[in-house]
Amino acid sequence: MPAAGAVLLVTVVLIVLALVFFLVSTILQLRAITAGLDDVIAGVGEILEKSAPVNAVVDDINANLDAGVDLLEGLLVKKAGMDDALGLVDGLYPGAAAAGFRQFPDSASITPPRIGEVYTKGTLTLARLGREAPIAMANPAGPVLRNVEGGSLAARLLYPDGRQERPENLPRSPVIGTDAPTQYEQREGGGQPRKRLPAR
Amino acid sequence: MTLWWIGDIVLLVVIVPIVVYLLNGVLSAARSIVPSVRQIADVAAAGSKDLDATALLLTTQDQVRQTVAVVASYGGSLDVIIDDAEEA
Repeated sequence: MPAAGAVLLVTVVLIVLALVFFLVSTILQLRAITAGLDDVIAGVGEILEKSAPVNAVVDDINANLDAGVDLLEGLLVKKAGMDDALGLVDGLYPGAAAAGFRQFPDSASITPPRIGEVYTKGTLTLARLGREAPIAMANPAGPVLRNVEGGSLAARLLYPDGRQERPENLPRSPVIGTDAPTQYEQREGGGQPRKRLPAR
Repeated sequence: MTLWWIGDIVLLVVIVPIVVYLLNGVLSAARSIVPSVRQIADVAAAGSKDLDATALLLTTQDQVRQTVAVVASYGGSLDVIIDDAEEA
């Protein structure tokens, strides 16, 4: 065999070895990719399976809530009148009157009365919850204002300046007797009736 | 014979580097895909785990139905108790 043929043979063998090495490595990587994609498909399948009933359930929840909103809006408008109903809603949720009621598209153009500025938030809360409802019991903005099970002191604390007019501690009674810390001079004519000034 | 040598040199200097370069590119691309696929698989598993709470939507649905029913009953009573607004 000539030397050139031997070199050619060695070169071809080198090319084949390179092909084998790289192709086998590529095959191994593709197998890893296939295994990873199997995991992906399993995860996506679970997502599809779990999210399949969500649309129907959410639609049902929204339908029920829509019915409740329509009912309450209709009742509020029927009992309070359109203007006062808008004022009540705007007092509780400032700016909500601009959107109006869903069942009454014309309500968005009504200027609501300023009920929220005339009455206090507590009054509006009472109007919302009912007369005997505990005030702000479930208000997320802060703790309960009134202890419905406790005494009336909690209600007094609501307005400390207006309701609590007497001093916190009254002055003590003076100590009298011979052992008193403050000794007063005995007035003249002790035991005698007081001198009466002449009448003018 | 000279042509044989020229062919050998071309094979060694041109063909072999090109083959190695191309195969190396394919292998690098395949290797770069593997971590991405693993990350996607992890995200899909986490997303599936996050959706475990969707079963609670059935409870929410039932609670909403009951709440709206109570509100409707309460509204019906209020409708009877409270007078309607006077017409302006």
